[in-house]
Amino acid sequence: MPFAVERGFHMRPSVQEMIAQSKGKKNKKIIEKIIPIILFLIASVSVLTTIGIVVTLIVETITFFTRVPITDFLFGTTWLPFSNKEAMFGIWPLIIGTLKVTLIATIVAVPIGIGAAIYLSEYASETVRRIVKPVLEILAGIPTIVYGFFALTFVTPVLQSFFPEIKIFNAISPGIVVGIMIIPMIASLSEDAMSSVPKHIREGALAMGSTKFEVAMKVTLPAALSGIVASVVLAISRAIGETMIVSLAAGSTPKMDGDFTGSIQTMTSYIVQVSKGDAGYGTTIYYSIYAVGFTLFVFTMVMNILASYVSKRFREEY
Amino acid sequence: MTTVSIAKAKKGSNLNKVENTNSVYLTKQLNLWYGEKHALKNIDLDIKENEVTAIIGPSGCGKSTYIKTLNRMVELVPSVKTSGEILYRDRNIFDADYSVEELRTRVGMVFQKPNPFPKSIYDNIAYGPRIHGIKNKKILDEIVEKSLRGAAIWDEVKDRLTENAYSISGGQQQRICIARALAIEPDVILMDEPTSALDPISTLKIEELVQELKQDYSIIIVTHNMQQAARISDKTAFFLNGEVIEYDQTDAIFSNPSDKRTEDYISGRFG
Repeated sequence: MPFAVERGFHMRPSVQEMIAQSKGKKNKKIIEKIIPIILFLIASVSVLTTIGIVVTLIVETITFFTRVPITDFLFGTTWLPFSNKEAMFGIWPLIIGTLKVTLIATIVAVPIGIGAAIYLSEYASETVRRIVKPVLEILAGIPTIVYGFFALTFVTPVLQSFFPEIKIFNAISPGIVVGIMIIPMIASLSEDAMSSVPKHIREGALAMGSTKFEVAMKVTLPAALSGIVASVVLAISRAIGETMIVSLAAGSTPKMDGDFTGSIQTMTSYIVQVSKGDAGYGTTIYYSIYAVGFTLFVFTMVMNILASYVSKRFREEY
Repeated sequence: MTTVSIAKAKKGSNLNKVENTNSVYLTKQLNLWYGEKHALKNIDLDIKENEVTAIIGPSGCGKSTYIKTLNRMVELVPSVKTSGEILYRDRNIFDADYSVEELRTRVGMVFQKPNPFPKSIYDNIAYGPRIHGIKNKKILDEIVEKSLRGAAIWDEVKDRLTENAYSISGGQQQRICIARALAIEPDVILMDEPTSALDPISTLKIEELVQELKQDYSIIIVTHNMQQAARISDKTAFFLNGEVIEYDQTDAIFSNPSDKRTEDYISGRFG
């Protein structure tokens, strides 16, 4: 073989000869055939689980609708499942409760999250970024039950000291805390979107005489908009599905009004309430949690689809 | 005018050239489509062993496509269709039972932009031998040293073999990539514009290296740079719009092109 001999290296078979001799060859072919099959099976586990969950959800929900007309559920405005006389299953009070908390969470989290993202990607020095990013990740790692009693035992009393009309269970305090919980998600995903805008695009704007803030608002932010919007939508979807915080701090009073200061109930906290109570298997209340769960699932699924649509449809090419 | 002087300079070095007879790659009536686009049209080329064959032509002429077809890397583009034959050492590489992995074990490639793995320099070079079953540490050490020497970069990196391959300059990275290709002692080395992302000094080093490697390997090099083709190659193929316009001894192409379009291109009238 070429090269091996004449360059003064001691004699050994050429690399190509050693390759030809090495045993692994046959195994390699088999492995290359089997691996995709194994990986496919592994990948299908998650798909199958999802399908399993959705099917269970749908079957039990259908059972529920054989007892309670679907029109009552979709258009009813009273949620009184535990009533001794006539139970009423109109979903809207739970939806309104969920939306109240989500609205406050969004108002808290979007400006702070995006502001933090702009600061981190456009202004912060490397040192600051190195400190702030891990802190954000710690925030994201706090168990929601901790957020829950933080809302109940700290945020609510503080709010009450300013606004005495606020009750011990209310929509504002859990809303704020759910907002705090989703800030890291918005900040970190938006920051990723903004930092992936190439440097030369920023340089182009700076060379035109723009200030840093103008570059951030007129160039970087629009360029990263799809990623930012997607992060917000995903975060809202998390807020809708959030359970522990609202179970602890929002109360359990399904209401149809615009009041944020008193006890409410969200879809998730209703499910918790029933699950930890002793509604027997096969009762209407038992099936009702599947119907509520399915509604919740539709909400979060729509949000997630919206997020992936936004990030695809409005992706800037650079 | 420049072309004339280059051709003259080139002639001196090639006076005692013996005509080579062994083909390493024999391309017959190769056609290639990207979806609807007919990118290579009826290519016939006979590439000889232990020579440097340069492929020149303007952007989009199919020269990169052609070199990527030689190790079937072009098939990574999903919509590619081919017809015709490429015989590598007398076997058609498009045969259904031809293993691409085996082909690529025999035919190394160096890309346009240096693409070392984000691993240590040593691990970059040892990658090929390792995946092909060579595990003996002593043999690996020897292969790594020999390959780095072969790529003329041993002296520059011998004290930093454990450093990440991205810690060195672009020109050095490209020679690491050449060493990586050499490590499995291939038969042919394909180079797809290996110097287009490099500075002139690194380019010069790689050109010298190509001259050295030619003794042991058959080299096929795509280049944008006509002076480079004139300096380093034995034969040159001129591609235009997916066709081979002219294929001949490099001297002949640059001093006495037989086709008007070749003459126009090498004298800088287009491209």
